[in-house]
Amino acid sequence: MDESLEQAVSEICDQYNNDPTRLVDVARAVQARFGHVGSPAMDAIAGNLGIQRVEVESCVSFYSFLSTEPQGEVVIRLCDDVIDEMKGSSRVARAFRKELGIDFGETTPDGKISLEWTPSIGMCDQAPAALVNDVVLTWLSSDAARRIVRELREHMDPQKLVHSFGDGNNSHELVRAMVDNNIRKTGPVVLAPATQGDALHKALSMSPAEVIREVKTARLRGRGGAGFPTGMKWDFTRGSDGDHKYVVCNADEGEPGTFKDRVILTERAELLFEGMVIAGYAVGAETGILYLRGEYAYLRAYLEHVLDDMREKGLLGKGICERQPFDFDIRIQMGAGSYVCGEETALLSSCEGKRGDPKTRPPFPAQKGYLAQPTVVNNVETLCCAARIFEKGSGWFAEIGPHGSPGTKLLSISGDCSKPGVYELPMGVSLADVLELCGARDPKAVQIGGASGRMVGEDDFERTVSYDDLATGGALMVFSHKRDILKPVRKFMEFFVEESCGYCTPCRVGNKLLLQCLERIMAGKGVPEDLEYLERLSENIVTASRCGLGQTSPNPIRTSLKSFRVAYEDMVQEPEGALRPSFDLAAALAEAEEIAGRDSTILNE
Amino acid sequence: MSDTFTFTIDGVEVAAEPGQTILEAAQNAGIYIPRLCHRDGLEPAGACRVCTVMVDGRPQTACNFPASEGVVVDNETDQLLELRRDIIDMLFVEGNHWCMFCEKSGDCELQALAYRFGIAAPSFPFQFPADRQADLSHPDIWIDRDRCILCGRCVRASRDLDGKHVFDFVDRGPAKRIAVNAEARLRDTDADVTDEALEVCPVGALMKKGTGFDVPVGRRTYDWEPIGSEIEKRQTQE
Ligand SMILES: Cc1cc2nc3c(=O)[nH]c(=O)nc-3n(C[C@H](O)[C@H](O)[C@H](O)COP(=O)(O)O)c2cc1C
Ligand code: SF4
Ligand code: FES
Repeated sequence: MDESLEQAVSEICDQYNNDPTRLVDVARAVQARFGHVGSPAMDAIAGNLGIQRVEVESCVSFYSFLSTEPQGEVVIRLCDDVIDEMKGSSRVARAFRKELGIDFGETTPDGKISLEWTPSIGMCDQAPAALVNDVVLTWLSSDAARRIVRELREHMDPQKLVHSFGDGNNSHELVRAMVDNNIRKTGPVVLAPATQGDALHKALSMSPAEVIREVKTARLRGRGGAGFPTGMKWDFTRGSDGDHKYVVCNADEGEPGTFKDRVILTERAELLFEGMVIAGYAVGAETGILYLRGEYAYLRAYLEHVLDDMREKGLLGKGICERQPFDFDIRIQMGAGSYVCGEETALLSSCEGKRGDPKTRPPFPAQKGYLAQPTVVNNVETLCCAARIFEKGSGWFAEIGPHGSPGTKLLSISGDCSKPGVYELPMGVSLADVLELCGARDPKAVQIGGASGRMVGEDDFERTVSYDDLATGGALMVFSHKRDILKPVRKFMEFFVEESCGYCTPCRVGNKLLLQCLERIMAGKGVPEDLEYLERLSENIVTASRCGLGQTSPNPIRTSLKSFRVAYEDMVQEPEGALRPSFDLAAALAEAEEIAGRDSTILNE
Repeated sequence: MSDTFTFTIDGVEVAAEPGQTILEAAQNAGIYIPRLCHRDGLEPAGACRVCTVMVDGRPQTACNFPASEGVVVDNETDQLLELRRDIIDMLFVEGNHWCMFCEKSGDCELQALAYRFGIAAPSFPFQFPADRQADLSHPDIWIDRDRCILCGRCVRASRDLDGKHVFDFVDRGPAKRIAVNAEARLRDTDADVTDEALEVCPVGALMKKGTGFDVPVGRRTYDWEPIGSEIEKRQTQE
């Protein structure tokens, strides 16, 4: 084996104390150093961490940002989202292809630059966008693509491609990103200014039980999509037996169309971390983990700096706050390109250095989570709300919005509207008001809740954003009347096929079957029964899938079939002859024709 | 036992002990719940989803869901039968299964389940995967990935029963596949023909060499009675 590789891998593993639960970090570091995690590297990692090689391969091959094959020194990942497509990503793609002389999935012959597609990178409000290694490039055009390639060829330094910085902390010296916050509306809970330490000091002046009671009184519910009552989750975790307890913040934000957590991480990281410390105090945890999606690696140095600063100020680390000394520290766990890792148990698998397979429930994370210890998993926005509840009081919070859905909600709005970006609005706001605010253009459909959410039409525009009506993690994509409704649906299904972990049959196979049928219909080869087929298959996938991914992945099809059935009906037709329109007789006979060395007589009749 | 409790499956009262899964309690009572990825003696995985039942109206996999006092379990409803048929169907079209030429025919749990569910031919479109590599490198064992249904039994058996780790899954989604603990070839692992892992494959994916077609038609496991009969007989004997 190559000695320098062996040496380097051994050093990297040492940095992580040769701890197999840090395999994802180790693999990321090896990838960063050598451009891929090849076969000898996998052997070396396995040797150092004391695990089997096939375990390393199992993990490395799972994540799309890790590669077992050599890649270019620089990898350009163009965002393959429906919004990016609407904003012209195919023109950008063409320019990249032409300028680089390679196709997607390939590397230039000199081994320098690879070109890839990647699902939503959380920049739908500034699409088309791409990642160049860890650097985010937004508002792309074909001109920009050509310039990027030329500049890269000169210096091979992705950071140098950023010529101007975005607003707020995007221009911080540790971020230096061209990303814009696009905060269109601030609200009192999350985006209002905060005085550092306020929330934390107030929370620590109470007992842990009082802290939990306060969160319950505020009736706070999870902002990550599922809407579970936060106080109850903390209470369960507090009540579970374990040697250690953990607080994990879910900053995976992989749902296509969502980007509000990115803005919170950029502008309200202090508030978020205070929320984590409060949660830790409430449940009796000493360790917090921020699970940061790989796409947001550009924020990592800044977030580490915020954590250091808090440690210096006594808000984190040993003996936090003098009155009620307790220990709590936070580490950042990077993701590596996987949507299912946003599912809380898959996220914990990933934190444990494994492939992002969801875990069997029960036991739930509150009972047996990270390393089989009681664990709270909360969304970024939830933890910010929790912190603010201590600053302003649970009564104050509970009075915002309707009774069942107190507080505000951050919406990530993109698509056919003049003001895409982040909006903090009181819960209970109507879709019509939201569409007005964001300058929606002639809206025909809204995809609410991201790919796994639902597609609603004009009949539903009077409905409200709340747990009792349109519950959502906050993604809203607007489609105008000139759009073909089936295109986003197909894009979402492609996404789920790509992102399924593959553990269970209905999700692994079923989503592919759904996509194939949809493609058949869109190609004009569908028959009326196909609509019932889609419905039946969808229902069985939802019922039988093991985790939330498969339980929601048929939603785009199911909800669009409900709201826009005509769009499907227009595309299907009763077969004319004895053959189904999807049956391609010529293709079926082609091989036989080739073997026979003559044309089919049937075909030519 | 003092802490035994009861619950119902399709209206029939069933006794269970704390820690038992619904599937275990059911089969002790002579009720067969179809299963593929699960096998007695292995840690359940909940992967194939064939054992899906309704527990108080919510779908759960019987192989790994704990039985508890008083729950109402539905097993043989029209909805569940259709759902299981769809899952079996999916597994057939996902791989390349040519029962008539397969050494496992008659002993294959996937085939037997299809017969039990009255599936003569799949209703989903065949995927005909072309990228599935066979591994004939080992002197005594071969892997035919065309037939693998990703149940993970061999992974668990090798790890938990043999104390090795010969197999694991790589890649994800539809590309997920079984891999061996070496760069590529089974012969470079410590797999041995006496491994328990070789006894657990429900289909013809992990096979011993030189044993194909040894058992004549008529004496194979499922030649006379459908899969699950052995469990259902327990009820009649009692
Ligand atoms: C496929 C899938 C992806 C998810 N992605 C995220 C995510 O990116 N961020 C998030 O906060 N929750 C996500 N969730 C929800 C989490 O499982 C979990 O419910 C949430 O983090 C809990 O936090 P909350 O109670 O504060 O909302 C996802 C769920 C599924 C099924
Ligand atoms: S539904 Fe099944 S295959 Fe899909 S992501 Fe969840 S566990 Fe994996
Ligand atoms: S037998 Fe229960 S999921 Fe496979």
